[in-house]
Amino acid sequence: MSHRTVVNIGPFHPLQEEAEFFQLYVEGETVVDVDVRLSYNHRGIEKLDESKTFDQVPFVVERVCGICSASHPLAYIQAVEEIARVEVPERALYLRTIVNELERLHSHLLWVGLAGHFLGYNTVFMWAWKYREPVMEILESATGSRVNYANCKIGGVRRDMTVEQLKEIDRIVGDLNAPLDMLTKAVLDDPVLHARLKKVGVLTPEAVKLYGAVGPTARGSGVPIDVRRDDPYAAYDRVDWQVVTAPGGDVFGKAVVRLLESFEAVKIVQQCCRYLLKNPGGEIDAKVEQIPPGEGVGHVEAPRGETFHYVRSDGSNRPVRHKVRAPSYVNIPTFKASCIGLEIPDVAITLASVDPCYSCTERLCAVADAGTGRRLFGFDELVKRSQEKTRRMRRSV
Amino acid sequence: MTVLQSKTDIPLMGFVGEVLEALGEAVVEVQQCEPRRGIARIDPTRTVEAARALIAMDGARLATATGIEVRDGIDILYHWAFEPPGAVVTLKVLAARPDLAVDSVAAVLPAANWIEREMHDLLGANFRNHPDMRRLVLDDSWPEGVHPLRKDFDQVLDRPPLPPNQSPPDVVEEGRP
Repeated sequence: MSHRTVVNIGPFHPLQEEAEFFQLYVEGETVVDVDVRLSYNHRGIEKLDESKTFDQVPFVVERVCGICSASHPLAYIQAVEEIARVEVPERALYLRTIVNELERLHSHLLWVGLAGHFLGYNTVFMWAWKYREPVMEILESATGSRVNYANCKIGGVRRDMTVEQLKEIDRIVGDLNAPLDMLTKAVLDDPVLHARLKKVGVLTPEAVKLYGAVGPTARGSGVPIDVRRDDPYAAYDRVDWQVVTAPGGDVFGKAVVRLLESFEAVKIVQQCCRYLLKNPGGEIDAKVEQIPPGEGVGHVEAPRGETFHYVRSDGSNRPVRHKVRAPSYVNIPTFKASCIGLEIPDVAITLASVDPCYSCTERLCAVADAGTGRRLFGFDELVKRSQEKTRRMRRSV
Repeated sequence: MTVLQSKTDIPLMGFVGEVLEALGEAVVEVQQCEPRRGIARIDPTRTVEAARALIAMDGARLATATGIEVRDGIDILYHWAFEPPGAVVTLKVLAARPDLAVDSVAAVLPAANWIEREMHDLLGANFRNHPDMRRLVLDDSWPEGVHPLRKDFDQVLDRPPLPPNQSPPDVVEEGRP
């Protein structure tokens, strides 16, 4: 029986974005088990929502996550609209789609940059974040904020977009095609990345089903699930786009899915802008007087996968229960399937490949030596090892 | 022996109807059956059987579960998504007072593992045969038997005091074999 060590990553470290605690059980350099702890920053949003009125809850849930701040309110609002049987005006549906796709675009670019950094490609990090910036700026000009858009309300949206804004959005996302193409080719044509990412952190379609994984994590394993197509909401059934999947289930597959999805996001935003320019005017919200007793579910394809909300109403002005399930909550447990058998330098990118969102889950874990005593790895050390491995491979290619 | 409620007269139609029909006798009451949404109450002794039947279906996925405190105990709602055709079927099961226990779905389906631990932490629901019922959401120092998502828990008044600083319990002593 070889020597087994526990490597702690987290829960608090200056280089980690947030508190989360991963424990890797390793024999030599090989990971044999993974354990995760959550909730170091549990904010009790579900409990808090029970004391807010139906109209106040969207402002709370958009603070669940700074990156999914369009998806969470939309999922909640769709659940409430299901209870109240609200018909949302068409213009509002298109406006919701634009904000949600811009959010996907900036989130995927953020991930490409971070993944590049973990692998030691800091140029990719700089470039991806540079191209992300205009998307954030048009979100600010269209909704009033770079992060918490406060765009949706029960029955429609809160702000209309002017002709100038729509033209500007159309032009800026159109300009992203060339840089996205360059980033995609840089990933697909790089022999080092092929060697580094293919067959690493493989998640089989069977494991996807057992763990209930969603979003790019599932689609990177060739499982074609996407709420936007399967249970259409907003204007996704009125525009032309494709569900992107990649075979293999490895880190490379997940990267390809995110990159190609960004092109689809550009396509969707442009179609919505052009439709709204051609069909100006019209209502942007339906008047909702009262939420009757009942229960509803709403789910939305956030950048990381399906976000699922359940709301129960008893006819008063506050929800009796509001359940929030963010995508990382079902994607992070797949590490138990995908990290086992990997070497420590590959763990950083495998963990990063599902784009784990700390505020989605609230807690993760790290590794200590169970045999000889304490030996703590920080996430910085993992990233360093990952970058070293890439350098080694680059030299040998 | 409890008398099962009769099935309501909501007609079983479309895909959701097929799903509920496939569960057969496990369904005791159908509350909603629409093209893309279904809600049904199932027999508390047959949760695992129902989960096994659903996960065997093509495109079925356990999206999550919700726990709600109600008069008779804790209602546990398993939300199943089906893709295609993009339907969500919610199966309700009551964990009745006083023991608030139902059979664990996590024993057959890892997707239910975290959410059942979370419901155990926050609401005090118990899951029989759960493979790993450690705390997930609450801190180790949080007192036993205090469940913050219960209706009678006040976020300000009932908040337990912070524990004194201490070294983490999982750090192993130097030199132990």
